Amino acid sequence: MGTHIGSPGVVVTTRRRWSLARQEAIFGYLFLLPWIIGLVVFIVLPMLATVFLSLTTYSIVKPPVFTGLDNFIRAFTQDVLFWPSMGRTFQWAILFVPLAIGGAMMTAVLLNQGLTFTNIYRTIFFLPHLTPIVASMYIWTWLLQPQFGFVNELLWQVFQVQGPGWFASKDWAMPSLILVALWGAIGGNMMLIFLAGLQGVPKELYEVAAIDGANLWQRFWNITLPMISPVLFFNLVLGIIGALQAFTNAFVATDGGPAYATWFFALHIYQHAFSFSEMGYASALALVFFIILVAFTYVNFKMSVHWVYYAGEVK
Amino acid sequence: MAGAADAALGERYRSVHTFGARRRQYAGRTLLHLIAVGLSFILMVPFAWAVISSLKPWQEIRLLPPTFWPSTFMWSNYSEVWTTRLFPNWAQNTFLITILATLGTVITAALAGYAFGRFRFPGRGILFGLTLSTMMLPQAVTLVPSYLLFFYLGWLNTYYPLIVPFWFGGGAFFIFLFRQFFMTIPTELDDAAKIDGASYLQILTHIVLPLSLPVFATVGIIAFIAHYDSFLFPLIILNDPPKFTLSIGLRWFSFPPQAEVIPRDHLLLAMAVMMTIPIVLIFFFGQRYLVRGLIMSGIKG
Repeated sequence: MGTHIGSPGVVVTTRRRWSLARQEAIFGYLFLLPWIIGLVVFIVLPMLATVFLSLTTYSIVKPPVFTGLDNFIRAFTQDVLFWPSMGRTFQWAILFVPLAIGGAMMTAVLLNQGLTFTNIYRTIFFLPHLTPIVASMYIWTWLLQPQFGFVNELLWQVFQVQGPGWFASKDWAMPSLILVALWGAIGGNMMLIFLAGLQGVPKELYEVAAIDGANLWQRFWNITLPMISPVLFFNLVLGIIGALQAFTNAFVATDGGPAYATWFFALHIYQHAFSFSEMGYASALALVFFIILVAFTYVNFKMSVHWVYYAGEVK
Repeated sequence: MAGAADAALGERYRSVHTFGARRRQYAGRTLLHLIAVGLSFILMVPFAWAVISSLKPWQEIRLLPPTFWPSTFMWSNYSEVWTTRLFPNWAQNTFLITILATLGTVITAALAGYAFGRFRFPGRGILFGLTLSTMMLPQAVTLVPSYLLFFYLGWLNTYYPLIVPFWFGGGAFFIFLFRQFFMTIPTELDDAAKIDGASYLQILTHIVLPLSLPVFATVGIIAFIAHYDSFLFPLIILNDPPKFTLSIGLRWFSFPPQAEVIPRDHLLLAMAVMMTIPIVLIFFFGQRYLVRGLIMSGIKG
């Protein structure tokens, strides 16, 4: 600090520089104060409370009773929905995230070709993502309604195929959720983030590659993909975290059914906390979930050094 | 690069772009347009269907075999939604909550981003790392304690839990966007202003703010959509139907508490369409800032 302020004519003494630095620090903390309070009150303390509550039995009306690891033992050994809900959540994430990322990357590449009307295409692609999730789930439950839904009618009229039961079918409920989520995701935030990344790829790289006779696929594989690997990683990390938290879509469209086919872990936590008022048990479930998520993210970061390329990085 | 080398490169480049190559490129463009139009069409079908169906007389929605066009366009479905007992309430509640929460998000996230991006103070690196790590924190982990906190504050079934927390930093992602953007503004401007005796707040409002409209628009739009769309939190906080937001109101409306004589599918569809319109308008007018803000924030990981 201070060296660039010491322009000719301004006498900078040590004492003044120290006080300027201190002043800067004080104002820095001041501007940060709301966030520091928010961090402590709404994130750090609740997390500590979750750890504490996970060791108790607590139904709000009576004070918490310390029960040690009972909640965790119950989750792992007695709760018949614990493992299935975990399985459903991962099944969903493993199918949805790669499809969403692949789709969003393709639409972003398409929009980055400098086509005329790109603005219009971008708006249209983004619209599904903008639709409030409850509204879109409601519209889709109608579209996919087995008897008088538009999709099954179309399948019948065009292909003479009897469409599946979609949300009403045990086997099709999960694919239906994925289909609807993809509708919202391939032109959504992931696409915008890819687009931002693509615009940062130097044009010269493509020009040089074109001179060297690289075809479209080679240019994508050898230039685009490495150059946008940081945004790919960003989308992957946040995509997995978001997918594992899925709640609203299943809650609105299927209520976790049929036969618990879409009973996501977040629904399981919600039910124990707010339908059964088992705050202690719900906290234990949330904690287990959190640890799994942290582990996943850690592995993700560890693996990223092998495939993410940072252009400005000094190795 | 030297001028001679540039010229040589240009020569080679031009020779590659022969007549055949140009025609191939033209064909490629047409193909890309076809893909884009096809995809647009597929993505728009659910909207088109919803809008058209929302104008059907209620008897035609559950018709077998289904029809695509309404026999008569019932524009009255939309006015009927406004005369249902609760929809105007929900719309009003939603806008009140969304606007106040978005304001808080933008203002306090900008302050935090300003501090992280342009101030030097001890512990900045650690605090910023901590901030970023909260992006990975699932909502479920803090849900129960937050609910209990609002329970003990007597805030359940009020709007405070849906507004007040967002006046405390607004979330890591937004702080990150602001910081990245503010870092691109040269600090020489600050220094010049400091010498002229400007305070830090004046530097923010007079120098940084006018140069940062894209990022303010970006955060404003994304935050508005997120608050407008919020579901889980209003669901656990609000339990009195007149106090509902549109999100949970729509779901509540689709499960009538007692059996109704006339199905209200036509009203539900009209509600779903109407609920989407404000968001589409906001995006439509703000989208050029949105993309620019994201790009200039340099999201590269």
